[in-house]
Amino acid sequence: MIRIPCPFCGPRNSTEFAHVGEAGARPDVTTVTRQEWRTYLYVHDNPLGWVNETWFHRAGCRRYLEAERHTGTNQVRWARPIGWRDNEHEPPVNPGAPADSATATADTDPAGGA
Amino acid sequence: MPPSETSVSSEPVPTAGRSTRRGSRPPRYSALDLFRKGLNHADWPRSFHRHDLKRSYDAVIVGAGVHGLACAYYLAANHGITDVAVIDKSYIGGGGSGRNTAIVRSNYLTPEGVRFYDRSVVLYQDLSATLNYNVMFSQRGHLTLAHTDASLRTMSWRAEVNKLQGIDSEVIDAAEVGRIVPRLDVSSHARYPILGALYHPPGGIIRHDAVNWGYARAADHLGVQIHQDTELLGITTASGRVTGVRTSRGDVATPIVVNCTAGWSTLVSDMVGVKMPLITHPLQAAVTEPVKVFLPVVIVSGSLHVYVSQTDRGELVFGASVDPYPSYSMRGSLEFTESLAGHILELIPSIASLKVLRQWAGLCDMTPDYSPIMGVTPVEGFLVDVGWGTYGFKAGPVSGEAMAELVATGKVPPIIANFDLARFADGRLVGEKGAASVGH
Repeated sequence: MIRIPCPFCGPRNSTEFAHVGEAGARPDVTTVTRQEWRTYLYVHDNPLGWVNETWFHRAGCRRYLEAERHTGTNQVRWARPIGWRDNEHEPPVNPGAPADSATATADTDPAGGA
Repeated sequence: MPPSETSVSSEPVPTAGRSTRRGSRPPRYSALDLFRKGLNHADWPRSFHRHDLKRSYDAVIVGAGVHGLACAYYLAANHGITDVAVIDKSYIGGGGSGRNTAIVRSNYLTPEGVRFYDRSVVLYQDLSATLNYNVMFSQRGHLTLAHTDASLRTMSWRAEVNKLQGIDSEVIDAAEVGRIVPRLDVSSHARYPILGALYHPPGGIIRHDAVNWGYARAADHLGVQIHQDTELLGITTASGRVTGVRTSRGDVATPIVVNCTAGWSTLVSDMVGVKMPLITHPLQAAVTEPVKVFLPVVIVSGSLHVYVSQTDRGELVFGASVDPYPSYSMRGSLEFTESLAGHILELIPSIASLKVLRQWAGLCDMTPDYSPIMGVTPVEGFLVDVGWGTYGFKAGPVSGEAMAELVATGKVPPIIANFDLARFADGRLVGEKGAASVGH
C-alpha cells in the first residue's frame, strides 16, 4: 500500500487518491504542431526511479498534490499542493502586506497577503 | 552480418548465419519413455543447457519469456537461423510469461486484432505436438459477462467482428449463462445483474510454464543459446545502426537486437534512444486453495474487474485490472485482495470460505490503444516486440512467428503491419480497449 503524506490530511492510503500522471507542461494548443501534440499525448518517460507526479486526493481534501515517488519501491518522499513554491512556508516577501509587523499600512496592495 | 573487427570468436562454434541444425535429435517425450524411465529410475536428459557467452551472434533476443523464446524457436525452426542468443537478467519465464493468468482467446474487437490473436490460438492448438511438450491447453470456453446495456452492445459488436473473421463467438442470454455455470448468481436481484455474455468456445487456459519451457527446450535443441542471469547493460550503435550489446557477462557483437521484454521495454528502448509510448503498470493475480472442479469455463466480468478460471488441480486463479498507478514494483497489495474478494463473491457467493493461497504481480506495458508495438524502429537493427499490456501471453506464438520472419527476411509480415511504432506519430491507432477483459 502506498502511503501519501497529504499536507492537509496527514498520511493517507493511496486508495483515497487518483493518480493523475507525470507532471509536465501541456503545449500551447494554438501553436502546437500535430507531431508535438501526439508526442505530448502518447510518449511518456516511464522511468524507473524518482518521479514527480500529480495525485488528486479525491476521498480527502480534494486538492491536487504534487508528490515525489520512487516507481521501483513506491516510497513517497513528500507531497505538497500543486504549484507550491519552495519558499512558500515563509511569509510572502511583501513589506506592505498586513502582518504582525507594526509598520504595515492600509494603502498597500491588498492582494499581497492573499 | 556482424562487424568484422569483433566477430572473431575463439570458440569452435558454428558462426554461419544459416548453420545446420544440431546433429543429435532431442530425446522425445512419450508415454513409452515415461513408462521405461519409471521402471529403471533413469534420469531425464536436461531440457536446456548452459553456454558460455560467445563474442558475436547473428541476433540477440532480450528477454527469455514466451515472446523471446518463441521468436528464437521460430527463427531456428522456420528460417534455419540458429546463431541466436536469448539473454535474460533473471530466469526463463520469470516475468510476465510466468505471472499471467494463462488465458488464451481471440475474441478481440478490431479485424486486425482478431486475425492476429486467432493465429496464436491456432498455433497453441498444435503446440504440444510441435514442441513435443505437453502445454495442457484446455479449450474449455470463455464467457465475458455483461452487466450493463453498454457492455452488451460492445459484446454484440465484438461477436459480429469475430464471426466475420470466422471466429466462434456469440452473445448469449443470462439463462444460458446459468446453464453453462450453475454456480454463478444469474438472478436479477444481484448487485450487478448478469444481462448476458459473450461466449467464445475456443477460448481457454493453458499451462504457461510449460509453454515457456517447451519453447526453451525446442529452441535449445535447434542450437539457440539461452543465457539466463545475463543482464543487458547497454546497446552499442554506430551511425544509426546496432553493432552489439553490453551484458553483465561481457560484450557481444550483433547486428540485430530484438526487445522482447515486458515491464522493462521502456528502459531497454531508452538504451538506443527510442522513446516508447508506454506506461508500466503492475497487474496482480491470486490463487486459492484447490477444491473440487465446479467451474467449467473461464469467466470474465468487466464491470466487476475480475476474471477467474479453475486449474486442473482445482485452484481458482483470479486476475483483476492493473494497479491504478504506474510502477515497476512487483509486490502484491492488500487492497487488491480485498476488492478482488468483494467482486468475486458478487458473482459466485458460494466460494466465500475459500482461502487465498498466494498473490503476485507482473508488469504490463500499457500502450495508448491497448495494441502491441511490433516491428522496426528508427535505429536500424533494433526491433521491438513490446507494449503487450495485458494481452502478452496469449500472443506469444504468433508474435514469435512474425518477429522471426521479420528478423530473417527483413520485411514486416502483413499480420503485424498495423502494430508498428510509427502508428502513434501517424495517428493510426488500433483501438483494442473494448476487448480488454476488464476496464483497466
